[in-house]
Amino acid sequence: MNISVRLRKFPFWSWLWFILGVLYFVLPLFATLEFSLGMQRDVLSLKAYQKAFADPKFWQTFGYSVFLAVMTIIVSIILIVPTAYWIRLRLPEARRIVEFITLLPFVIPAIILVFGLIRVYSTPFHIPFTNIYLGQPLTNFKFGTNILIIGGYMVLGLPYMYRSVDTGMRTVDVRTLTEAAQSLGANWFVVIARVILPNIRTALLSGSLLTFAIVVGEVVLASFLGVQAFGPYLFLLGQHRAYEPAALTFTTFLMTWAAMGIIQLVTGGQGQTAGAH
Amino acid sequence: MSETALQPPSKTPTPRSNWKNWIGVVPFFLFAIMFIFLPSVRLFIGSFTNEEGHFTLDNVRQLFTQQYIINSYLLSIRISATTALGGGIFGFLLAYSVTVGGLPKSLRSALITFSGVASNFAGVPLAFAFVATLGRTGFVTTILKDVFGLNIYDAGFNLYSFLGLSLTYMYFQFPLMVLVMAPALDGLKREWREAAENLGANSIQYWLRVALPILLPSILGAMILLFGNAFGAYATAYALTGGRLPIITIQIGAQVRGDVLHNPNLGNAMAMGMVVIMAISLAGYSWLQGKTERWLR
Repeated sequence: MNISVRLRKFPFWSWLWFILGVLYFVLPLFATLEFSLGMQRDVLSLKAYQKAFADPKFWQTFGYSVFLAVMTIIVSIILIVPTAYWIRLRLPEARRIVEFITLLPFVIPAIILVFGLIRVYSTPFHIPFTNIYLGQPLTNFKFGTNILIIGGYMVLGLPYMYRSVDTGMRTVDVRTLTEAAQSLGANWFVVIARVILPNIRTALLSGSLLTFAIVVGEVVLASFLGVQAFGPYLFLLGQHRAYEPAALTFTTFLMTWAAMGIIQLVTGGQGQTAGAH
Repeated sequence: MSETALQPPSKTPTPRSNWKNWIGVVPFFLFAIMFIFLPSVRLFIGSFTNEEGHFTLDNVRQLFTQQYIINSYLLSIRISATTALGGGIFGFLLAYSVTVGGLPKSLRSALITFSGVASNFAGVPLAFAFVATLGRTGFVTTILKDVFGLNIYDAGFNLYSFLGLSLTYMYFQFPLMVLVMAPALDGLKREWREAAENLGANSIQYWLRVALPILLPSILGAMILLFGNAFGAYATAYALTGGRLPIITIQIGAQVRGDVLHNPNLGNAMAMGMVVIMAISLAGYSWLQGKTERWLR
């Protein structure tokens, strides 16, 4: 019996599926790479990459996207870590409702989210039941648009960030850590910033990288809110160029790969994945 | 002492600090109200409002009577269902091959990492990658033509069509299936297989009568997740087809851009229709997920 189990035949079908899967993964990437290297006739060259990176618009839009991603991550952490911490420590009855809210972005696709945001914030804020309008519409000035898009990106990243942070807190004993820190005279701010945060850094890193991967190439919110980010830039470049977009596409892929690779490394395969399309 | 002992035990020992505890989550709720609830409520109210600002069911009625809207919903549903089924089956077979299929352990983590990357590789870059692969002068198109003498474009294939978009969506669909199914397949206990074999079952009988029935809710649940994943996609389709394939997200996008601004509230209603379909899928998913966990924990 044991021998027959051990000598069970070579897993032909498994290998077949695996190889087909690898082909599906690799072929589009290889095709993109091959195409991006073919800008000069008959030789492989990095010319498309040189040209793409030489465009100041690329650095502007890419830098702006990185800025948006970093802001999204920072504000998300400031918002979500104390919330998750508080729920774990003091307010377990809020867990269900908060978890429900963090799942809502799965029901509201980016296109709908941006539609709603524009409908709400393209008019001045209206105090209900009065005729009083406050301020300017957020979509009319740059700072307002930044607030809107970072808020929108926080919504897109919310399920992943919240789940990462919550999982991270489950693995450390939040209550004991808090009591220990407080008995040494730490206040709430010190407890969260210097005790809780360092203890969930792996979870924070994987949540952040996932958010980064979602935000940097994002195109729907950025283009509808009229933000000069990398996603819309790449899209427009694709309308009138051939090789440079391929070069940037391959670069984007490498960045996504780096982000996921690091998550895999730090979490040992427990990182939650899947993003916005 | 005796006073307190006589009182019925109170459920909340510190009622005064209890409501104060909610202050700690106020920022989160403010954020949710500003960026999730207000936009959704606005779309919801808008879909029941006519241009004079009065209540109407006309927008919702149009969802079910305007042929181009019905067609868009149906096209989106067809693409999502096709790629959920195709990606689901292929993703399941892949997850099977690296979990219980007898492949070396090292391939498993490679596949999981790659799935994490691919399920996040979408939108504009994905569309460009598929143009380079299966476009008219794409890599695979050329190989098929030069090596196998098969011109897929003469044979009726077109990347900017239903089939082309489905193949593109598959790139982020089946990796998601792998990510969801791998843990479920890990949950299959070795004892079940041994018990089945001791009772004389062969491999096919084991799969059909033991493993698949256990996994079925989680397979269906994962496929529903894939359905929603494709249903909400916009950027990939827009970058690939430039709006020539009128799926519902592209119709809504056109409404937001104001290309077809005869009735802005109709756009609200179309968006609400999508949210309803997505909500039904997610509810189905979590219901099925609950059914699986009984077995696989």
